[in-house]
Amino acid sequence: MGQYLVRRILTIIPTLIAISFVIFAVLDLAPGDPTSALPETIRPEVRQQIRKAMGLDEPFPVKYGLWMRQFFVNEPLSLIEKAFDIQIGDGEKRLRVTSWGSRGVPVMDMILERVPQTLWVVGLAYVVAIVIAVPIGVVSAIRQYSIFDQVGTFISLIGYSIPTFFTGLLMILLFSVKLKWFPMIYDTNLQVVDWHSFVEQLRQSAMPVAVLGFFQAAILARFTRSSMLDNIPMDYVRTATAKGFRERYVVIRHILRNSLIPVVTLIALGIPAIFSGAIITEQIFRVNGLGALLIGAIQLNDIPLVQTVTFIFACLIVAFNLIADVIYGILDPRIRYN
Amino acid sequence: MAAGTETASAESLSSELSQRQHRTLWGDVWLRFRRHNLANIGVVVLVLLVIGVLAGPLIYTVDPEYSFIVDDINSINQPPSVNYPLGTDDLGRDTLARNLFGGRISLAVGVVAMFVSITFGTLVGVLSGFFRRLDNPLMRFTDLMLALPSLPLLLVIIMLFRDSLKALLGPELGIFLLVVLVIGILGWMPTARVVRGSVLSIKEKEFVEAAVSVGTREPAILWQHILPNVLSPIIVSATLGVAAAILTESALSFLGLGFPSNVPTWGRLLFENKDFITQNPWLVIWPGMFISLTILSINFIGDGLRDALDPRQRR
Repeated sequence: MGQYLVRRILTIIPTLIAISFVIFAVLDLAPGDPTSALPETIRPEVRQQIRKAMGLDEPFPVKYGLWMRQFFVNEPLSLIEKAFDIQIGDGEKRLRVTSWGSRGVPVMDMILERVPQTLWVVGLAYVVAIVIAVPIGVVSAIRQYSIFDQVGTFISLIGYSIPTFFTGLLMILLFSVKLKWFPMIYDTNLQVVDWHSFVEQLRQSAMPVAVLGFFQAAILARFTRSSMLDNIPMDYVRTATAKGFRERYVVIRHILRNSLIPVVTLIALGIPAIFSGAIITEQIFRVNGLGALLIGAIQLNDIPLVQTVTFIFACLIVAFNLIADVIYGILDPRIRYN
Repeated sequence: MAAGTETASAESLSSELSQRQHRTLWGDVWLRFRRHNLANIGVVVLVLLVIGVLAGPLIYTVDPEYSFIVDDINSINQPPSVNYPLGTDDLGRDTLARNLFGGRISLAVGVVAMFVSITFGTLVGVLSGFFRRLDNPLMRFTDLMLALPSLPLLLVIIMLFRDSLKALLGPELGIFLLVVLVIGILGWMPTARVVRGSVLSIKEKEFVEAAVSVGTREPAILWQHILPNVLSPIIVSATLGVAAAILTESALSFLGLGFPSNVPTWGRLLFENKDFITQNPWLVIWPGMFISLTILSINFIGDGLRDALDPRQRR
């Protein structure tokens, strides 16, 4: 396992380099100019000098190398400095990735500001989805073809076929416009200080969490059901039943334990996807999170910000692929890595 | 293919001797598909939607861009009525006409993007499954593509290259090609993996060995023996691919980064009308319902096809 882990982590490095190259190349090839946001009154020669000072006239490999140094050395160093409140080398002189849109603000600072909102909504939605989906999947599999199973399967098919942007708008229509239970727009400035503001926070999170959670729950429930159905006809289940264990015991101790192995892997693999899904949900409910930051940056042509956010999404995918592999290895002793 | 027909006919001997009916592979698939109720409902709904979208604008000849404010100042944000079957939008344009016209583009994007991704996915899958030397590099490439965050990248690519393609091919065709190509190119990976898996297992089957032993050349083995046998996973992923592509296009348009405003796809209609949800909820309900019905019926059909094409289910 240890050896496998080291090897697996080493394969991450070329993957990340390749991904960063793709993202950098796509954005570098595209038309767009950081000086276009500057006032029209600036003379062309001055504009040319600004471009030169920003390193825009360098050849592609040089630009890519410099960006890599900024991203993989300078940014982590600054993050560590900030986290532990220490000085490493000359922090002032270190060149950081800065936004083109909001003049000179380090991109990382902008992202860190937005992370809590996204994490709150995405995390809560995922927890809700898991809590709902796994029991439903288990019960539908045990009582296969019962009314519960058929209704559950039908609803989960609907849940994953109706796009989140439509369920979101329907919820707004029903719960905000007609019933006036929940606010239509998510207020990021809300500070949770007492019971009242906590309830307010829950009320405004209810709809985004429900929309995102319902979609994920539909996928997870389908998967849990089919994973349970794969295990139910197994010989070890028949043996356990034949030994006279009660059904509940067999289901929980034998079938469920084995069926959950792929489900846990899917849960880990789904985390990056739910972050991308949050881009749409955030847009519907105006949650001021990472997705909203990305959309805003795309519209403003703020290339460093777009590059960084996209690359962070890619890193999430790579990291959770690794985590899923490792969890699978730990949970399933049949898997041998050598 | 040959093997499939043989088992099917062998089984028909045992089970339906009395009827003495000849059974074929695709006949069996059809019979099993007909037994799947939800899939049949899906086919009916989808066929109705496709006919409606294709023939609708020919019968219901209201210009989707015509604003009825010119005739009647009160004709904005109307609910469904006799004059406007699905109501009108904030500019007094007819919602039915816009939805019919938008459906054409949404469905066209789905089908064409599916062809792009299926062609590419099948090519990569067959090559890496059949030629051992290509397997490792092609699968590494597939893994890399799978690690790219597709929605953010889609948004970025479309936003970056929109203007240059618009200038090159005109606003409608340019955006259509861009959207279709990008969705296709970022969506072929699951197909490639499934096809590769099937090719790997079929390559070891006896009938392929027999074909090799009688001196069949590699291209012929590929075309006549392997490809027909990997058709069923390709068909299933093509079906689900249409749904995924329609969904992606709607998501892009919903974020305001798909088609321009004079091309009302269903996603674009949702995007434009979501701010009028309090004044006229119908504006949002119609396009959302059409998208959902399309995706739902395609997914039902995909489920039915998967069950019907699964050889383990053959009775």
